[in-house]
Amino acid sequence: MYASGSDAIRRTAADLAAAIASGELSAVEVTQAHLDRIAKVDDKVKAFLHVDAQGALAAAAAVDAKRAKGERLGPLAGVPLALKDVFTTRGVPTTCGSRILEGWLPPYDATVARRLREADVVIIGKTNMDEFAMGSSTENSAYGPTRNPWDLERVPGGSGGGSAASLVAFEAPLAIGSDTGGSIRQPAAVTGTVGVKPTYGSVSRYGLVAFSSSLDQGGPCARTVLDAALLHEIIAGHDPLDSTSIDMPVPPVVAAARRGADEGVRGLRIGVVKQFDGEGYAPGVRQRFHESVELLAGLGAEVVEIDAPSFDHALPAYYLIAPSECSSNLARFDAMRYGLRVGDDGVHSAEEVTALTREAGFGPEVKRRIMLGTYALSSGYYDAYYGQAQKVRTLIIRDFEKAFERVDVLVSPTTPTTAFKIGERVDDPVSMYLADLCTIPTNLAGNAGMSVPCGLAPEDGLPVGFQILAPALQDDRLYRVGAALEAALEDRWGHPILEEVPAL
Amino acid sequence: MSIAKTQELLGFDEALERYDPVMGLEVHVELGTNTKMFCSCPTEFGAAPNTQVCPTCLGLPGSLPVVNGAAVEGAIRIGLALHCEIAQWCRFARKNYFYPDMPKNFQTSQYDEPISYNGYLDVEVDGRSFRIGIERAHMEEDTGKSTHVGGATGRIHGADYSLVDYNRAGIPLIEIVTKPIEVPGHLAPAVARAYVTELRELIRALGVSEARMERGQMRCDVNLSLRPKGETKFGTRSETKNVNSLRSVERATRYEIQRHAAVLASGGRIVQETRHFHENEGTTTSGRVKEEAEDYRYFPEPDLVPVAPSREWVEQLRGTLPQSPTVHRRRLAAEWGISEFDMQTVVNAGALEQIVATIDAGAPSDQARKWWTGELARVANERGVDVGELPITPAQVARVVGLIQGGELTDKLARQVVEGVLAGEGDPDAVVAARGLKVVSDDSALLAAIDAAIAANAAVAEKIRAGNHAAVGVIIGAVMKSTRGQADAARVRELVLGRLS
Ligand SMILES: [Zn+2]
Repeated sequence: MYASGSDAIRRTAADLAAAIASGELSAVEVTQAHLDRIAKVDDKVKAFLHVDAQGALAAAAAVDAKRAKGERLGPLAGVPLALKDVFTTRGVPTTCGSRILEGWLPPYDATVARRLREADVVIIGKTNMDEFAMGSSTENSAYGPTRNPWDLERVPGGSGGGSAASLVAFEAPLAIGSDTGGSIRQPAAVTGTVGVKPTYGSVSRYGLVAFSSSLDQGGPCARTVLDAALLHEIIAGHDPLDSTSIDMPVPPVVAAARRGADEGVRGLRIGVVKQFDGEGYAPGVRQRFHESVELLAGLGAEVVEIDAPSFDHALPAYYLIAPSECSSNLARFDAMRYGLRVGDDGVHSAEEVTALTREAGFGPEVKRRIMLGTYALSSGYYDAYYGQAQKVRTLIIRDFEKAFERVDVLVSPTTPTTAFKIGERVDDPVSMYLADLCTIPTNLAGNAGMSVPCGLAPEDGLPVGFQILAPALQDDRLYRVGAALEAALEDRWGHPILEEVPAL
Repeated sequence: MSIAKTQELLGFDEALERYDPVMGLEVHVELGTNTKMFCSCPTEFGAAPNTQVCPTCLGLPGSLPVVNGAAVEGAIRIGLALHCEIAQWCRFARKNYFYPDMPKNFQTSQYDEPISYNGYLDVEVDGRSFRIGIERAHMEEDTGKSTHVGGATGRIHGADYSLVDYNRAGIPLIEIVTKPIEVPGHLAPAVARAYVTELRELIRALGVSEARMERGQMRCDVNLSLRPKGETKFGTRSETKNVNSLRSVERATRYEIQRHAAVLASGGRIVQETRHFHENEGTTTSGRVKEEAEDYRYFPEPDLVPVAPSREWVEQLRGTLPQSPTVHRRRLAAEWGISEFDMQTVVNAGALEQIVATIDAGAPSDQARKWWTGELARVANERGVDVGELPITPAQVARVVGLIQGGELTDKLARQVVEGVLAGEGDPDAVVAARGLKVVSDDSALLAAIDAAIAANAAVAEKIRAGNHAAVGVIIGAVMKSTRGQADAARVRELVLGRLS
């Protein structure tokens, strides 16, 4: 894949790491090639909010020095990575796509950032996102939308549109996202990339600026399933700084990816979710999805239909739980200690400064969700809204449990449609919310999900995502199925899907 | 500090002829753990502002809490000592409200699942025992501390600017809430004080906190309502915040009874509100009016996993409970040879700890008791503080007692020495030296003074010579006056009689 040695930016992360380890390429060369690419195309794509050229080159030079001393390098040492701007980075701006954090330099690294640095991955910059990860198109960024390299008039999905677009624009071979309701998988689907939401609690949330604490989960974004697996193993693992972090070994995802590519899915039981099909799904999405299911069946998987009736209520439950938690999580942005401060003129009171700052610093979608959540938690409404949503959550967990008694993984389209046009859904929040219809149940249940590309929709030539869901702590199953499908499709097409991305 | 308008009060006795008070006491105790409730920052008192902080206790974006196991242990031990049930499984909850000294604008607390609930604490007042029901004792974190600079009241309104010290933010707190307390009205203020005193002794005996009210390590809110005699329904309550000494607990309760009574008696209505207690005036003023209960939008804290203390652990902790204060006090009373009633006086004066420490420093128990419940209690009362807050240490009191016993001070001189120590003049020895308070024990110096007194009172001297020893007091008095009280009166008497026999 992308084996042309001269063009570092088109190579996979695994390939680049091998080239750096062997001395074929230096880490500094690789980083510089990506910085050059960003300089060349990011004006069009707008994937990055901040490019840390100096920090990246220093990190790359350190990798080269290590190699020169004969030190052993990690599996992704020297490979550039684009970090979603929702993870704190010490001394490097972290805005979460919001004006309210403009100018803030965190005094500490998120655990994910720390693990990446310890693994000698080169953090090249911070990527654009919907403000505080609230959105499905990256149009809610206070710093302007990111564009989808498949069609610059279209959205790259969201909230992690910047991370996904950076992969497709060949600005970085790896990226990190965060997935609260689909923010890794949905952008992966509409950009033709791989995105994984690991089991809740397997990637530390320390330093991941909270949107909805019980749903947020960081995860890998890559162009191939194996690259995602390599990244997954670096960022996952127990963290004593996150009480919800699971103290268990990371599932063997890299081995699973290799096995899936080599051996396929013979004997695996695959359940097709009945609820995520039919009306509201684009014909090309349905077509590519069903072709892929048949392909897996052809590889020896046993395919059954799974009825999960509670999934129909996942979206409304999500839009009560996530805003409720966000209304509390975002209360800390009060202009007292960091970030934007408006109206501090010696006349306005502290209370007024807080109100003016929040008015100026938050965008409309964030305000909408804070208000929704504040209302849902209010006394007298709590039981009807937040309480009821928690019950739905329990039902969804039960439907998953029942399903996973019968099958090893569940599959569905990742999103009902391909990438929509910039501006098309901004005035209709509910149609925007529908983009996450298929991805939300996994977040509510806390188990694992992946989106892997399954072709281009015939009607618009845009990528379609294939979603795989696995039980908690069985993330390796995602990689086995994902890698098998990826290999089978590339065999069929004769090349990776990103070969078809128009030149920028 | 000025108070807007003078509050009408009804006489205490008159108030209680017409109304019965119902109290509820909420006490916050800062646990003396080495680190904070949800991060590993140190908790030392008095550090420079904002030096004991980290991303978590500053509520920086992305930071997360981790529960301090030692705080949970302290909470369970307090619960057990209060005869509470200990939850098998409980969660933290977020209490949402905006305040500049609260870094996250929510307080991580507990709501409907407290770690301890349904217990009691027995207290004694006037030889009668009262069982105070404990509703709950739950874990939470403290807020930062605001200092409002400028303005008349030291409160946020009217201040020029405010400073916030986040060193206190995240210090573990246990909030202990009583069930409604219904006792004979005239005893209510004393019972309130006795409860807080007893709770403080218990917390200290457990070793979970120094519970020093003057440092804010223990803070009390007094909820009070009145209802007409015979009425069963509770009246509207006021919540008097941060009543920060034992004496203030009693005074605030008494004041609120009188204030409520005056409002109700004149046909008025009590507004549900928060009130502030003013130490100097002994009055309360209106804070925030809470016509509708404030909506804190509690919900389970999603950043923390539930706390599920195993029964084995709870039983193991039960085994670490110290002797109950009652048993402890009975033992001390026996050691000191005093009645339980006298012991209660000691406890309610808030002086038990000082007396024990003074005895430990070498003073006989009766002397230690005499000083702390006598002279020092009087001064504390005059100054409007608890005896523990007086600027004199048990060791200093023991030294004064030692000087008396060594014959170097008379009782009268000793009081002057104590006065000097309280005035900040230094140690007892330094005060003795600086004020020249040594007993005049040099007989030749005394004899000179005696001879002068005899010469000045010749007629009296004749009566004494004639055998009228009752008259000797006149000569002694004159000698004491000329030696400015520094003579030992008994020795003077001996010498006078020797001279005139
Ligand atoms: Zn801290």
